[in-house]
Amino acid sequence: MRRERLINAALLLALLAVPLWAWAADEPFTITLATRVAILALAGVGLNIALGLGGLVSLGHAIFFGIGGYAMGILASHAQDHAPLLESPLLIEGTKSMPVIWLVAVIASALAALVIGVLSLRTSGVYFIMITLAFGQMFFFFAVSWPAYGGEDGLSIYVRNEFPGLNTLDPIQFFALCFALLAGALLLNARLARAPFGLALSAARQNEARVQSVGIDSFRLRLVAFTISGAITGLAGALFADLNRFVSPAMFSWQTSGEIMIFVILGGVGRLFGPVAGAALFILLEHFLGGLSEYWHVFLGLLLLGVVLFARGGLIGTLAGREVAHD
Amino acid sequence: MSPILLIEQILNGLQFGVMLFLMAAGLTLIFGVMGLINLAHGSLYMIGAFAAAAVAGWSGSFLLALAAALAAAAAAGVLVEILVIRRLYRRDHLDQVLATFALILIFSEGTRWLFGSFPLYLDVPEALSGPVTLPGGIRYPLYRLVIIAIGLAVAAGLFWLIARTRIGIRIRAGENDREMIAALGVDISRLYTLVFALGAALAGLAGALVGALQSVQVGMGEPVLILALVVIVIGGIGSIRGALVGALLVGLTDKLGGFLLPLLFRGFMEPAAATSAGAALASMLIYILMAGVLIFRPTGLFGAGT
Repeated sequence: MRRERLINAALLLALLAVPLWAWAADEPFTITLATRVAILALAGVGLNIALGLGGLVSLGHAIFFGIGGYAMGILASHAQDHAPLLESPLLIEGTKSMPVIWLVAVIASALAALVIGVLSLRTSGVYFIMITLAFGQMFFFFAVSWPAYGGEDGLSIYVRNEFPGLNTLDPIQFFALCFALLAGALLLNARLARAPFGLALSAARQNEARVQSVGIDSFRLRLVAFTISGAITGLAGALFADLNRFVSPAMFSWQTSGEIMIFVILGGVGRLFGPVAGAALFILLEHFLGGLSEYWHVFLGLLLLGVVLFARGGLIGTLAGREVAHD
Repeated sequence: MSPILLIEQILNGLQFGVMLFLMAAGLTLIFGVMGLINLAHGSLYMIGAFAAAAVAGWSGSFLLALAAALAAAAAAGVLVEILVIRRLYRRDHLDQVLATFALILIFSEGTRWLFGSFPLYLDVPEALSGPVTLPGGIRYPLYRLVIIAIGLAVAAGLFWLIARTRIGIRIRAGENDREMIAALGVDISRLYTLVFALGAALAGLAGALVGALQSVQVGMGEPVLILALVVIVIGGIGSIRGALVGALLVGLTDKLGGFLLPLLFRGFMEPAAATSAGAALASMLIYILMAGVLIFRPTGLFGAGT
């Protein structure tokens, strides 16, 4: 437990120190890598609430990642074309303001998670995995075949969106924003896990019948967890789109869902900092193995296989020992 | 809308459905007997297609290519079962999903390494190329009819295998009570390898047959895999009958939806808008079908209640 805290602190410091060093050494590419780690970790933190706390194996989290991305893409593209989003019955303009985009991304993905949750939480086990996968494919094909916002080609945004008081085009300032949001989400996750809600959710994962028998509605617990989880992943999607200044249906693809899950698993399921460790490892592997060989996915696959078969606690589990903090 | 076009689409739907059944039958058997959810099934399909294309290119014989596809996919299945899958039977579904997702990464990139990124081509054998005229004056490609026939024959063969043979009895017994049949002296781990190899061979056959209709390339397996998963979820996981009904339902829904929806929308929209809206909805239709089935029957049409 104490060791896990030390590892967590070291991870957070490293994620902060590397880009600061890169900023001093004038290496903007390294800052961008760190920004990607922070954003993907944020998406993972979202999934970890459903997967780690709630035991909900969702293979459809790309939905929320994509909705966040498209929330940013649609709002910003209307703003850059000076074409209002809606004229009647009331005028809605596009916007380049990050806080507004974030709010829209969070609300839209939370709503989507609520609806999808109501429908798919009726099932469990493999059926839940499959129905979330199917919803993901539904969104993917819709994004591909809907021509209004780029269809298969996606949408490009020419200039990064604005945040009051900051210059978001400066890599280190954009990183700071993403890092702050990640820290906020981690704090929320830690508070949730200790709150009565998180304890009940964990209990429902371990023994549903007992939780039901003391009068707690486990369906409602899971629905709330799934909604919060979707909202956080949606926020990460908006940031990811802003980082690339590009959105495409690939954000909705099931490979994206698989990758978000890989961050969580590589790092350690249910560990608070699992997604951070996993995303950092993923980006490091992508960067270094991708530089060595075009076929780096083979090594990623072997590593993932090794973790699943032999090191079930993931990176943090291996370093910090077996017991999980809030179980 | 002419009836000829409609019948053509129905035949396309059947052909697609039968193809999905070959994939779904293996998946559902593996799930039913071993309780394993195998995402790498699409990779076995890809291996079948690549083996067929390579052997056809080398020997020029389509039959040899089919045999190679069956053999390669079954061999890959046995290898994967012994090295990896065997360790996953007692794990939860999350571990199974992840480990088999890892296998997809390994197989896809490994194939790209061996064969490169350019697609291979497999020709329809000469004896089966060209259209035939069906009663009613419909001209339809002979090869697609043959695929429908092969698929239905495989379905019949599987039902016979499961219902009437000693192996089938063991498979059904393994589904019900693993310990009991092990106690009766059946080598359960050999039985599991056999079931896995059978499923893999069916996926390889599907890959080789479809490989002659489309290009053979890395990543061809995953879209089919997802549809096959949709099929077994609609049919009820573990049920071969459910897989057949689900596969035909999904095949027909997909082809007829893509054909009929734009026509339907044209009734109250401009043609251009109707075409794009119809196509958008049609591409989502099978997932809507699946979500609908699960909402009303959370364990699928033929699934056992949990």
